[in-house]
Amino acid sequence: MENKEAKVSNRKFMTMDGNEAVAHVAYRVNEVIAIYPITPSSNMGEWADQWASEGVKNIWGTVPTVAEMQSEGGAAGAVHGSLQTGALSTTFTASQGLLLMIPNMYKIAGELTSAVFHVSARTVATHALSIFGDHSDVMAVRGTGWAMLASASVQEAMDFAIIAQAATLESRIPFLHFFDGFRTSHEEAKIEVLAERDLRAMIDDNLVAAHRARALTPDRPLLRGTAQNPDVFFQARETCNRFYLVCPDIAQRAMDHFAKLTGRSYRLFEYHGAPDAERVIVLMASGCEPAHETVDYLNQRGDKVGVLKVRLYRPFDMKRFDEALPATAKAVGVLDRTKEPGSSGEPLYLDCVNALCEQGRGNIKIVGGRYGLSSKEFTPAMIKAVFDNLGQAKPKNHFTVGINDDVTHTSLPYDAEFSVESEKVTRAVFYGLGADGTVGANKNSIKIIGESTRNYAQGYYVYDSKKSGSMTVSHLRFGPDPIRSTYLVNKANFVACHQPVFLERYDMLKDVVPGGVFLLNTPYGPDEVWSHLPRRMQRQIVDKKLRVYVIDAVKVARESGMGGRINTVMQTCFFAISGVLPRESAVEEIKKSIRKTYGKKGEEIVQMNLKAVDSTLSHLFEVKISGGKDGGFELPPAVSREAPEFVRDVLGEIIAGRGDELPVSKLPCDGTFPTGSAAWEKRNIALDIPVWDPVTCIQCAKCVMVCPHATIRAKVYEPALLAKAPATFKSIDARDREWKGMKFTIQVAAEDCTGCGLCVDVCPAKNKTQTKLKAINMAPQAPLREAERVNWSFFLSIPDFDRRKLKVNSIPQQQLEQPLFEFSGACAGCGETPYIKLASQLFGDRMVVANATGCTSIYGGNLPTTPWAKNADGRGPAWSNSLFEDNAEFGFGYRLSIDKQKEFAAELVKKLAPQLGDELVQGLLAAAQKDESGIYEQRQRVAALKAKLQNVNTPESRQLLTIADMLVRKSVWIMGGDGWAYDIGFGGLDHVLASGRDVNALVLDTEVYSNTGGQMSKSTPRGAVAKFAAGGKPGLKKDLGLIAMSYGNVYVASVAMGARDEHTLRAFLEAESYEGPSLIIAYSHCIAHGINMTTAMQNQKAAVNSGQWLLYRYDPRRTARGENPLQLDSRPPKQKVGEYLLMENRFKMLTKSHPDHAKLLFKMAQEDTETRFRFYEYLAARKLTPEKPAEPTPPAANA
Amino acid sequence: MDLTTTYLGMKLRNPLVMSASQVLSGELDNVRRAEDAGAAAVVLYSLFEEQLRMEARELDYHMTAGTESFAESLTYFPEPSEFCLGPEEYLKHIQKAKKAVKIPVIASLNGASLGGWTDFAKKIEQAGANALELNIYNIPANLNLSGAEVEKAYLDILKAVKSAVRIPVAVKLGARFSSIANMAKRLDDAGANGLVLFNRFYQPDVDLDALEVTPNILLSTPQAMRLPLRWIAILHGRIKADLAATSGIHTGEDVIKMLMVGANVTMLCSALLKNGVGHLHTVEQEMRNWMEKHEYESVSQMRGSMSQIQCADPTAFERAQYIRAVTTYKVS
Repeated sequence: MENKEAKVSNRKFMTMDGNEAVAHVAYRVNEVIAIYPITPSSNMGEWADQWASEGVKNIWGTVPTVAEMQSEGGAAGAVHGSLQTGALSTTFTASQGLLLMIPNMYKIAGELTSAVFHVSARTVATHALSIFGDHSDVMAVRGTGWAMLASASVQEAMDFAIIAQAATLESRIPFLHFFDGFRTSHEEAKIEVLAERDLRAMIDDNLVAAHRARALTPDRPLLRGTAQNPDVFFQARETCNRFYLVCPDIAQRAMDHFAKLTGRSYRLFEYHGAPDAERVIVLMASGCEPAHETVDYLNQRGDKVGVLKVRLYRPFDMKRFDEALPATAKAVGVLDRTKEPGSSGEPLYLDCVNALCEQGRGNIKIVGGRYGLSSKEFTPAMIKAVFDNLGQAKPKNHFTVGINDDVTHTSLPYDAEFSVESEKVTRAVFYGLGADGTVGANKNSIKIIGESTRNYAQGYYVYDSKKSGSMTVSHLRFGPDPIRSTYLVNKANFVACHQPVFLERYDMLKDVVPGGVFLLNTPYGPDEVWSHLPRRMQRQIVDKKLRVYVIDAVKVARESGMGGRINTVMQTCFFAISGVLPRESAVEEIKKSIRKTYGKKGEEIVQMNLKAVDSTLSHLFEVKISGGKDGGFELPPAVSREAPEFVRDVLGEIIAGRGDELPVSKLPCDGTFPTGSAAWEKRNIALDIPVWDPVTCIQCAKCVMVCPHATIRAKVYEPALLAKAPATFKSIDARDREWKGMKFTIQVAAEDCTGCGLCVDVCPAKNKTQTKLKAINMAPQAPLREAERVNWSFFLSIPDFDRRKLKVNSIPQQQLEQPLFEFSGACAGCGETPYIKLASQLFGDRMVVANATGCTSIYGGNLPTTPWAKNADGRGPAWSNSLFEDNAEFGFGYRLSIDKQKEFAAELVKKLAPQLGDELVQGLLAAAQKDESGIYEQRQRVAALKAKLQNVNTPESRQLLTIADMLVRKSVWIMGGDGWAYDIGFGGLDHVLASGRDVNALVLDTEVYSNTGGQMSKSTPRGAVAKFAAGGKPGLKKDLGLIAMSYGNVYVASVAMGARDEHTLRAFLEAESYEGPSLIIAYSHCIAHGINMTTAMQNQKAAVNSGQWLLYRYDPRRTARGENPLQLDSRPPKQKVGEYLLMENRFKMLTKSHPDHAKLLFKMAQEDTETRFRFYEYLAARKLTPEKPAEPTPPAANA
Repeated sequence: MDLTTTYLGMKLRNPLVMSASQVLSGELDNVRRAEDAGAAAVVLYSLFEEQLRMEARELDYHMTAGTESFAESLTYFPEPSEFCLGPEEYLKHIQKAKKAVKIPVIASLNGASLGGWTDFAKKIEQAGANALELNIYNIPANLNLSGAEVEKAYLDILKAVKSAVRIPVAVKLGARFSSIANMAKRLDDAGANGLVLFNRFYQPDVDLDALEVTPNILLSTPQAMRLPLRWIAILHGRIKADLAATSGIHTGEDVIKMLMVGANVTMLCSALLKNGVGHLHTVEQEMRNWMEKHEYESVSQMRGSMSQIQCADPTAFERAQYIRAVTTYKVS
């Protein structure tokens, strides 16, 4: 982009991210917006929805209609329909979402329909899911016939959004406008915001009228969407050619028109660099920006290089490509941000090869390579490596850059120290915790600097893979010129550590430049902090001559009433030290910003933030560096040296933040990982942990049951085992009569606990002399850590209780079963994980899990570790995630496969009966496997079978050996959230439930899309505020259980552990034992509800007590016995729904945002619960009086 | 028959005022019904000091908890461009109530410490409230806090509010002072336009199953009116501030007793919660019946007629009365 100053520009400069920049335009030039949330595009839809709810109008003066759909397929269908009937329509999506739109995209293009889809390009899941950015999604739709326009920066994202709209209206070719997910969609940058008059000037209303004139209407009836035959389809398909031929000209005209309006000039293929460059790289989207700055840097040092930025990728205008490439070019390197295994090259490379060939420039050396998959860093150092490669006599082709491929040796070497960072740019890195507000404060700082100075500003934020105790790293740049550095800050002149716990985990000073500044939040003052730093950090400070500042931000924040949110304090420190703004005006700007940001939340919030600002400077101290080597400590290894090799050498490196340095050879080739790895992570994120009081304890095990992270456990064992117990290990006589003479212990995994406190809240036992104390009480973790580490280790060495001897329907006994889902990275106090853990305890050793994408798949399978674990026998849940939309079908496939193999195994057993013996054969084939003993015995038989098979060397025996384990019952679990079960995956779930097959579907119902940030689902209850329901959801929650019951042969349970834990347990046991489809809908409190997570089980109780959530079980086996299959386990509501609703911000905030509407919806919610309760009462009370009770029969397939 | 009275400088059609209660005045319909049933004024439900301070914090906490932590869910709620927080909602409620009824609307602020009140009192005035009832609800549990300091806090709060507003201010206080009369006089001197006697503190209870302390909210019984009755009788004619009687007033006769000992108005809450807002009509009718039967012409005629100053036996309201009660008590 060449920035020629527009003649008149009184447009506003604002800081915003790419998503907002795009939404700003897309919203204003469309009338219908159909969306479905998917990272990283969700925010565009959310902006559109918010503006619509606030009545913001488009350029024609009307408020666009925003509709949330059930899937991206649905969104594309809705947009297609809307376009066909004449409205200007759009959607926003990415990755798998875009792939779900492909069928409609072919249609929309085939019908020559003007439309723009805005895509924050994201990796398509292959060996693993990734939410981050590359071009694998947009490249997957390049055959649809859509024009593809790539923007490289936040400013371009806004500009190209309108250019695309103008071009599609004129060309009738639909445009896919894309930009890099996260790198552009989430980068905050100072940009010039297009004014409404610019948008108005870019859109020709005659073309809009023409679009409408092509619409379907009964007033001018037309038929579109015919079926055609071999005689004419081909010819008809060629009719569109002329539109594609002129499309590039139209797009360039739109760019030229835009340039006249704004001064920003773009070309379809835009060359930047030496006019006589010999080496040129070609690429598109955000990678163009660092290429641009690297080219400038290298040319200033005498090189002759250039970059050709591809803006319009489809239709690919070979003539313009040829014209843009300097005549002097001798070597061209084409970089693709995607991978097409098995191809002769990646798509952009192949297009360029072809273009050069067709344009008669086949003599130019051209090579292609891959970079930046899944937002892998793409830096000037890597770009220089590409230029260096082009300078070789025989440049490497089909290379990779940015990784170390030590297997197929594709990678280019690069000098990681190479940097083109300008001294004029301030570069700062902030290490914070999600909960401390660091990112919010930095976003605020960007706005302050961007909007109150002439400086340009850039902010990019790196988040953790965990949802609890998660670290955030903010990368900020400020400078006098537009910032093109679309990569992380690796030459920082300011580094801030907002949480002292990071000192022992991360090397935060590796990227700070000599003479830079280090700001540390610490309880230690300037004279004592030195000895509390890691020795490596001490050396770095001395060697790099860093200036070090300390502040006890926690103290300042607490005294200001801000609790643990130290954001304002640390922000003030940054401004005070960095000198980006004069100190006094910086303080004034922060205060102004506080009033602006928090004003609507009340004066109280404003005042406490202002107080924090005022208190900060007097608590900020510079540390005098003596250079002494006193004190300090060595950093512990990321994982224990006792961990398995793979965990230590691979996962441990990822945990330590060195995943980028792992070579290809270290990673599994097919995305397969060992389970049981979370146990090695020892995150030590809890400030307080539960401490057991054996005397007060009644051994009910409720604490064990609710623990979302499986960090509090019970064991019963022989007293003799205590002989080797550590000194502080606690035990007491077991109370259960059946365990007479045995010992009982509750033990906490102090280093794995998140400190959520749910266990303490549910503990029913109170200390008789101090009722404020329970049988478990929270206490600071740090002083207990060492002793409890030893105790935990000893506790694990105690053998687990024999599962066959436990009463699994009694919580105190059942909870002795080992959880095979432990230490997940879910939010502290998560409401979903206790259910998953329960299933893993009950059935984990024979369980195979299909997991829908969402929170469950993230805390279940996001690297570096997994909470899914194994027992002492090496058995445990096997887990996989296919997609979001297909999970039920995926799990159904498990069942079909397992059943088939079991059937085949049985057939082989029968065939081999003479060699195996009748007793074994009969035992294997007739095994009931109804309980733990039955399964144990069958395993014994299978072991005996395998032993015998070793001596029978026939094709059948060898076959049978590979599938003999299938003779032991396998428990298939299909897990996911309500977004999957109620919306995108409902069709599949419905079909699988109807199949009659033995699968167990567990719906962790948070009543909202939790993982993508709180969008409304069809499970969202009436009156709840969610994204896309800012005014409170007006409609009723879908009754999924009732729909499932309609089949008659589906076991259905609706449970809420916090309300009745024994009911939950019973439902899980019944569901799993039912040899047909089962559906458990489990009420799961969630951080997205806006609740106190420590006492969240009380919310579950209130939901049930008010009738908002019903407890019931529908068991088809009862029908067979002549009983009503439905048992309504909820008692009549004894609490007003309104009382419950006001316990949760999702409802309560409606009373603050739309008070009158809240009253109406709350009243309706009360009526809803009363009506539903009466209805279920009626259903449960029906008398089934068949003349002759039917014999129990196994469920038959309905399909 | 003239039932009119005056309270806080306002002429009221009768001495029946609906007392502050979320249940009663939280709904605008109830305010309208109260007017229809004969209420001469309504005291709106109290806006609590904690509400002013904590509501914003709670909202801020829940809007930010868990945000900016995980790349896919950087926020969990849509952020409205404005919030109608408790205080603002209360101001709107005042405005709506003023539009809905013709009778005076008295706002109520409930708190225990100094700070932040004055600004809000001013906003209440601007919202159109005819008067303000300052409900000072203080449980001085601090062992080092002297009675004098507690009393001073009451006066400081009153003075701060009085300096901020021009509308009349009544103070609703509890009966637990070493010298209620002195306290009343000092509040009177500090500018209180009225005293509302007395606040009923919700007393804690113990839940033996849960081993928890639970608030036990009981409706007042007619016996509760004896306490305000005594002190209104004692204070009548001795201080300038108007006197409002509250606690245990359930019937027309209860109202008449309070008027006779010197109350300007009586405030009803429990009776209305129990019988509905329409009960005001019954109470007024009972008053009229009694007055007619006993040939009273007006409220002003009877007001203070049985106060300590005016009654035949002034000691009856003091200790002597206690001695007599004990000596005449017989075990049955």
